[in-house]
Amino acid sequence: MTAIFKREFKAYFTSPIGYIYLGIFLFFSGFFFSAINLMYTMTDMSPFFSNLTIILVFMLPLLTMRLFAEERRNKTDQLLLTAPVSVFGIVMGKFLSAAALFGFSLIITFVYPAVMLIYGNPLLSTVLALYCGFFLLGCSLISIGVFVSASTESQITAAIISFVILLFIQLSDWVSSLFNNATVKKIFDWLSVTNRYQEFTDGVLSLSSVMFFISFCAVFIFLTISSIEKRRWS
Amino acid sequence: MIQITNLTKKFGNKVAVDDVTFKVEKGEILGFLGPNGAGKTTTMNIITGYISYTSGSVTVDGMDILKNPEEAKKRIGYLPENPPLYLDMTVWDYLNFVFDLKAIKIDRNEHLQEVMQTVKILDVKNRLIKNLSKGYRQRVGLAQALLGNPEILILDEPTVGLDPKQINEIRSVIKELGRERTIILSSHILPEVSAICERVIIINNGRIVASDSPENLSNSLAGTTILNVRIEGDKDAVTNVLQSLDNVDSIEVSTYTGSIYNYRIKTKDETDIRRDMFYALAENRMPIMQLSHQNLSLEDVFLKLTTVEPSEEKISASKDSNDAGESNNEDISDSGQDAKAQDSDEGSGDNMEIQEADNQ
Repeated sequence: MTAIFKREFKAYFTSPIGYIYLGIFLFFSGFFFSAINLMYTMTDMSPFFSNLTIILVFMLPLLTMRLFAEERRNKTDQLLLTAPVSVFGIVMGKFLSAAALFGFSLIITFVYPAVMLIYGNPLLSTVLALYCGFFLLGCSLISIGVFVSASTESQITAAIISFVILLFIQLSDWVSSLFNNATVKKIFDWLSVTNRYQEFTDGVLSLSSVMFFISFCAVFIFLTISSIEKRRWS
Repeated sequence: MIQITNLTKKFGNKVAVDDVTFKVEKGEILGFLGPNGAGKTTTMNIITGYISYTSGSVTVDGMDILKNPEEAKKRIGYLPENPPLYLDMTVWDYLNFVFDLKAIKIDRNEHLQEVMQTVKILDVKNRLIKNLSKGYRQRVGLAQALLGNPEILILDEPTVGLDPKQINEIRSVIKELGRERTIILSSHILPEVSAICERVIIINNGRIVASDSPENLSNSLAGTTILNVRIEGDKDAVTNVLQSLDNVDSIEVSTYTGSIYNYRIKTKDETDIRRDMFYALAENRMPIMQLSHQNLSLEDVFLKLTTVEPSEEKISASKDSNDAGESNNEDISDSGQDAKAQDSDEGSGDNMEIQEADNQ
């Protein structure tokens, strides 16, 4: 698992993808920070993160698209699947490498709360809750991308499909409002990753929300493993 | 070492591997022959745990590949048909990755150097794999399979796409490795298999149609022996001398040059008439310019086994006594004539090559 994690993480930086992702993500985070927090001189970072989720929808498919699709196309999956590693280890290695790059880009944005600490009095607990929530949200979206990548053979298809799914999730509030049926509404609201994320914006690090995101990732990692196993059996 | 029992693999309705049973002993080099789509790669993919099977069982050193996959996979080094290389890595980084992936517990630098030495890729150590030629990529793939000194090597067409010099090098590497390891090797280059392997399994349409040593395969199916002789002297006189020998079945004559003619002598059963022939010709002062002994090559055996429809009946017939072999003999003379047609075009180069291979 660590071997795969290390290789994938390195691969982000031997190809342009890692730099493109970091460049765009950091550009927009800087832009939002100055346009929202600096312009209005406020220490609340929740609007900053809300805007950044839109960027995630566009950027995370970039990180996850090649994870499995490229392996299948180049037949390098033969190496991984015939090595003494479990499928779980392979999937986790890849998932964690994308999560680590995402986390790495988040760590760089610690500069902003630091700036606010110097010139103001941000509520550190809220900032911490926001960061945790945002990281968990990103991981959930990455787990979807990993699953999509494992189900296709083309990187482009993987990127487009995961982009559409992430967009749909972003709009799930709107989708649930389309239904009048109370139960359907409830299901959509429960599933809504963004709804869960709202709790963090209030500065609350609730166990149920954390568990929700972790189980969300677990479900998609499980689905990824099943989709790889299914291909071996068909 | 490897035990495969009643292995069947279906892709949808298509049966890729059909009730295959065989065993590979420790230290054996097994050749896997078959036309394209015969099920060679599928079988190898199953043994290495890349895909699973529909029914049957596969055990590697006593470990079931489905129940105990990690233990079984530890014992296998696999070189698939397309070497699984990450093109954006250097050779050194790639081999380090595989080293980590296989969780090998021996000294890293020493082992990597040793493996790179074996397949002769030390000089491209720091180059990106995407800039390597096909031959070097194949070797890096082989190096990957060798990492961790697995007891079993499974090589799917290891010499495909290489130039003749590289083919020779890879073959000698494989032979060298085969001294202490169990190797399964697939190929559709027949001289290669007869040169390297101790035992051959011929597979067609997912079924095993023959399994024996290369020599036994060609002998058991040969029935008759053919001698190609080039003799100086009058055509009719020589023919008379030859016909006076025992056990000569038929003689065909073709012009070579001046007073030298080519004779193609078919003998009855498998008797060797070379000595008798030599003394008879010497007595009549008819010098032999060239003599070659043509067995049914593995190639002919392969074609016979894989192109004739009811292939199973064929083998059982050939393994029976000579009476049952009657129909086979006709077949052989057919293929023999084809071979002869080639001969007269290109000299006896083809046969020579096959014989060389047989001798090895």
